[in-house]
Amino acid sequence: MSTKLKDLVMKPEILSGGHRLCAGCGAPIAVRQMLMGAPDNVKLVIANPTGCLEVSTTIYPYTAWKASYIHCAFENAASTLSGAEAAYQSMKEQGRIEEDFRFVAFGGDGGTYDIGLQALSGALERGHRLIYVCYNNEAYMNTGIQRSGATQLGSWTTTSPHGSNSSGKKENRKDLTAIVAAHNIPYVAQASISHWKDLVRKAQKAFAADGPAFINVLAPCHRGWRYDMEKTVEIAKMAVQNCIWPLYEVDNGKWNLTTKVPKKQDVLEYLKMQGRFSHLFKEDNKHLLPIIQQNIDEEWEKLLKKCE
Amino acid sequence: MVISNKTIATIGTDAVSEAMRQINPDVVAAYPITPQTGIVETFSQMVADGLVKTRFVAVESEHSAMSAAIGAASSGARVITCTSSQGLAYMWELLYIASGLRLPIVMPNVNRALSAPINIHCDHGDSMGARDTSWIQLFSENGQEAYDNTIQAARIAEHPDVLLPAMVLMDGFIISHSIDRVDILEDEVVSRFVGEYKPAFSLLDAKKPVSIGTFDGLYGFFFEFKRQQEEAMMNSFKIIKDIGKEFGEISGRPYDLFETVGMEDAEFAIIVLGSACGTVRHQVGEMRSRGIKIGMIKLRVFRPFPAKELAEALSGLKAVAVFDRSDTFAGHLGGPVFIEIRSSLYDLPKRPLIVNYVYGLGGRDLSMELIDKAVGELADIASSGQVKQLVNYLGLRE
Repeated sequence: MSTKLKDLVMKPEILSGGHRLCAGCGAPIAVRQMLMGAPDNVKLVIANPTGCLEVSTTIYPYTAWKASYIHCAFENAASTLSGAEAAYQSMKEQGRIEEDFRFVAFGGDGGTYDIGLQALSGALERGHRLIYVCYNNEAYMNTGIQRSGATQLGSWTTTSPHGSNSSGKKENRKDLTAIVAAHNIPYVAQASISHWKDLVRKAQKAFAADGPAFINVLAPCHRGWRYDMEKTVEIAKMAVQNCIWPLYEVDNGKWNLTTKVPKKQDVLEYLKMQGRFSHLFKEDNKHLLPIIQQNIDEEWEKLLKKCE
Repeated sequence: MVISNKTIATIGTDAVSEAMRQINPDVVAAYPITPQTGIVETFSQMVADGLVKTRFVAVESEHSAMSAAIGAASSGARVITCTSSQGLAYMWELLYIASGLRLPIVMPNVNRALSAPINIHCDHGDSMGARDTSWIQLFSENGQEAYDNTIQAARIAEHPDVLLPAMVLMDGFIISHSIDRVDILEDEVVSRFVGEYKPAFSLLDAKKPVSIGTFDGLYGFFFEFKRQQEEAMMNSFKIIKDIGKEFGEISGRPYDLFETVGMEDAEFAIIVLGSACGTVRHQVGEMRSRGIKIGMIKLRVFRPFPAKELAEALSGLKAVAVFDRSDTFAGHLGGPVFIEIRSSLYDLPKRPLIVNYVYGLGGRDLSMELIDKAVGELADIASSGQVKQLVNYLGLRE
């Protein structure tokens, strides 16, 4: 399948304009790039957990979704969609449905890393043919920027504030992509909205996978990260270049680095651009800066080994 | 028509599995929990043996069981799940979503006490807690009724004037694990009775994509949706009665909202639901043969609550004892059945005196002696016109 821009722009939009997501939001970029990877001949069922994407695209009596769509609750997009997929398999087998359907969930990091992890793990283990996309903005943005399991060490959020006794979030994020890869499903990837060609190619592989697929997409949120809204793609790109968010895939168990990093950047510039890290440059909190860099370096080395 | 039943001896959970096999749903999503386990085990075997067309989704929790049921029902599938106790509690938020989305999911719930302390035996605390979730609730006296109610639940839930999910309730162990005589209908008879499910909307309607579970955040239709659910509950009285009658025609076992024993000439009565009905019926029969003017009402349908019909049946009585297998912990307000009955009687020009007996929590046995004790007190209330203690705990260690 093509990843040429001239072909991709001809694909019909599933998420139509006019929704209420913020200008400069990373989430709809992730959705649109992801759905550009859908085969032309399939019908889609989209699922959202509760979150920004859901509340902003489905304000009753309107919907921005041109495909079938379901929202159930916060922690259960994966299990809700697995029920829809099971219904499809059942009725397809009975000859009651002719069309080919594909099932795609888009959950934020809160709904995926934290409260939705059990449902996700269960759905992956059961082998439903569905794609779960985490649009990862590293905190609970819909409820007002609270820390999640995806929030970076040292980051300010409203529940990991800095103060005389705090330098921001005390803990490092969990490595969800690796956790998902440990389920040994056909396709797992980490992607970024800044690298659209890479993301669309991963989406195509995910749609082709004969079983569960998972893509963790970095989708910055300027409200929560505290940068100017026009810089969303630029920030996402820096995260790839300084290896805080490396792009790779685990294709049927084989780890591949999908975007080479010829000259790994220092993380400081990335941190400086974002208000959520501004306190780290004050005397009291400076000790965290080398730790953050060291964490990135160590994780990157480990990843390179896995991808050898 | 010729009624043809096959009589078997079976435990309650197997009777329910048999009903599920005959309904032959498109999807079953369930998680094992004592004492419901027998249903998922037996049904899994039916799937393994190719006896059903069902996709069985062996989920990782009850939360996901109900979530998957919601996803499948939104896709136009006929769906059954089943649970007990903690499992039902774990489904909590989704019970409201299933009814709010008007999905006719059927759920046998094998009644079991809620922790703490952990206890695997029967009481009605689990499903009584779910009384305001906008689910239909049908109680069963024995394995036969659990089987019959499961089949009827599918029809009731899917009726276009109802479109609400339905719980079939049966007492843990007393019904679920006891061997009982059960008359089983022929497969084709059940198949014809439940008919083909024609959903009003589906995620899998390729020509008409739908958005389900959307956000009512700006324009505010929530109130109207909730009022419509109440409307559906109101409609369900008639549908439950009609389907109960129709079921009688195919099985010889007609069903109504509640059943009465000796109410024609009763001066006082017991209201009870679930497996205790058998014991109470026996004692009531015994007393009536001795000339005591006692009656009994076996409540089958708790949601919707047949307040008007019950008030009518109870009007003219001197005294009523309501048996509750759960408590509301409201500070001497009594159990949930008691509260509903008491409220139902309020508009009667002449109200019977009323007393509540909370019994059987955590599987505590309801013996004939305890029933005699309660009836003795009820007779005193009827003759003295005095209720000394409004809420009583029957069989409690004191």
